[in-house]
Amino acid sequence: MTTTAPAGADAVSGPAPERTGGLRRRGLGRIGRRGGRTSHGPGLVFVLPFSLVFAVFLVWPILHGLWMSFTDSSLALRDTTFVGFDNYAEAFGDPDVWSSLGNTVVFTALSSVPLVLIALAMALLVHSGIAGQWVWRLAFFAPYLLPVTVVTLIWTWLYQPELGLANQFLDTLGVGPVGWLSDESVAMWSIAALTVWWTVGFNFLLYLAALQSLPSTSYEAAALDGAGAWRRLWSITLPQLRRTTALVAMLQILASLKVFDQIYILTKGGPNGSTRPVLEYVYDVGFTGYRLGYASAVSYLFFALVIVVSLVQLRLFRQED
Amino acid sequence: MSATATPLRSRRRPPSAAGASSLLLGHGRLPRVLAGTALAVLTAVWLLPFVWAVATSLQSEQDAASPGLSPVKGALTTEAYRHILERGNVTVWAFNSFLIAGLVTLITVVVSTLAAYGFSRGTFRGRRVLLALTLAAILVPPQMLIVPLFEQMLLFNLVDTYAAVILPQVVAPMMVFILRRFFDAVPRELEDAARVDGASELRVFLSVVLPLSRPIVAAVAIFVFIGAWNNFLWPFIVTNDPDLMTLPVGLATVKDAFGIQYAQSMASALLAALPLIVVFLFFQRRIVDSVATTGLGGS
Repeated sequence: MTTTAPAGADAVSGPAPERTGGLRRRGLGRIGRRGGRTSHGPGLVFVLPFSLVFAVFLVWPILHGLWMSFTDSSLALRDTTFVGFDNYAEAFGDPDVWSSLGNTVVFTALSSVPLVLIALAMALLVHSGIAGQWVWRLAFFAPYLLPVTVVTLIWTWLYQPELGLANQFLDTLGVGPVGWLSDESVAMWSIAALTVWWTVGFNFLLYLAALQSLPSTSYEAAALDGAGAWRRLWSITLPQLRRTTALVAMLQILASLKVFDQIYILTKGGPNGSTRPVLEYVYDVGFTGYRLGYASAVSYLFFALVIVVSLVQLRLFRQED
Repeated sequence: MSATATPLRSRRRPPSAAGASSLLLGHGRLPRVLAGTALAVLTAVWLLPFVWAVATSLQSEQDAASPGLSPVKGALTTEAYRHILERGNVTVWAFNSFLIAGLVTLITVVVSTLAAYGFSRGTFRGRRVLLALTLAAILVPPQMLIVPLFEQMLLFNLVDTYAAVILPQVVAPMMVFILRRFFDAVPRELEDAARVDGASELRVFLSVVLPLSRPIVAAVAIFVFIGAWNNFLWPFIVTNDPDLMTLPVGLATVKDAFGIQYAQSMASALLAALPLIVVFLFFQRRIVDSVATTGLGGS
């Protein structure tokens, strides 16, 4: 819907008259000559398609999920009844909720730290300009382009107990085989390692872009002062990357909290539930156990966690400035 | 950060050894050798899983399953690939992945670009409320919506259709945010000139604004495509019919069926990996730039 107005009056006063002032006067003359009409700017119709899909596939599910979390809705039953806060009360007393939330936090810690630090190291090394840029970028970023199933197929083979590369390698060192995905104390580490290999390329590119936009003048000054490479890294480059690091860490933590795919495919949350993240618990309860109402309540607890983490991070991020 | 002037774009070739390198490493020999060694080691580690997978996929099943650290244990053969292609479902899934990721990208880009422009320039009532809702939605993890969305698809009778896979993926508040920030930074004078000439709003958008926005639209399209191509959870939940599955979902369902056929398992993984790797080889600069262009990089 374009808003039209008769020529003459305030025909072209846009949203920011001070900016368009000059044009406005010229414009009015022309409109006057033609006696035509003109519009103010894009109308509601531009945001309508987005608003429609937004309402149907985001707002509705959010509200519907909230409502479901107060019912005993089930895939097996057609009748649902309102149960108040029963699902939430049950969730708070459910050890599986707590252990899966705990697993999610452990995974986030194990994966986020190397995903930030290794990405930074990769970007610094590539940015140092050593010949072969194209190869380095491809090697570090290519895994990010792989669908999750491809990653898990390859790593299932690497982690294979008898013939996999990891244990074959340990064997030549004379170290006994490790149950990479079957040992409760090792499995989460194995999944974190796979995740670092898979997704570090994105953070690497974020850092690389940041490095390439740093001004070179401070380096020249430092070079004149005779500062060595190590000094320059610590006192010039890294301080200038603080904002980028805050951003990368923030995005990474939020991404890691949402882990599901690789864990579900690799271990189905096992051995013994030791790797089951909270989103897999939602899936298990809702789609295997058919308890959609309870699954929704757990989803909302997870959402609360994400919001809290986001708000804390935003606060820290603001303080950085 | 201005979206058009990314430092990555201006650099057509990798920096020469004397250029950017001296900024970080200086002129000393030792830092250069150390950095080069570290880079080589990291690259080798990152490429190793690929090398191992490729080697295994080119073996017969017996050779692949024999112990040893050497990646190649017997004569090379493409037997595993022939088996996978003959079975045919990988090609069906690849087709579905292209179709679904393509349509998700097309719809998302059209809908988000229009909305972002409307939010940036519009003066209509309710603009602020809609925009605030959209920005708040960036915080919502899509994964938490799987349960109500699945119920919704049951209600619409859409389970096991392309529409069910595609539609929930086209809502991308983050992309609207990125595009709006770009439009906010574009001067309005050109549009106003066109408006004065009597162009309709759609015309102004299509022939004045859009041509200026090609890099950012391309960047958004690339990200949406990679995301949709690799999306697992939602397509996995909403499709049971193997003929409608995407590559990641289809492969996950047959993953365990490979059993101890490691050569075939690796061949199927590599066939599924190939399309995006090829796309990357062709559009490397675009993809690398798009990280910076979307404003996620830089400061």
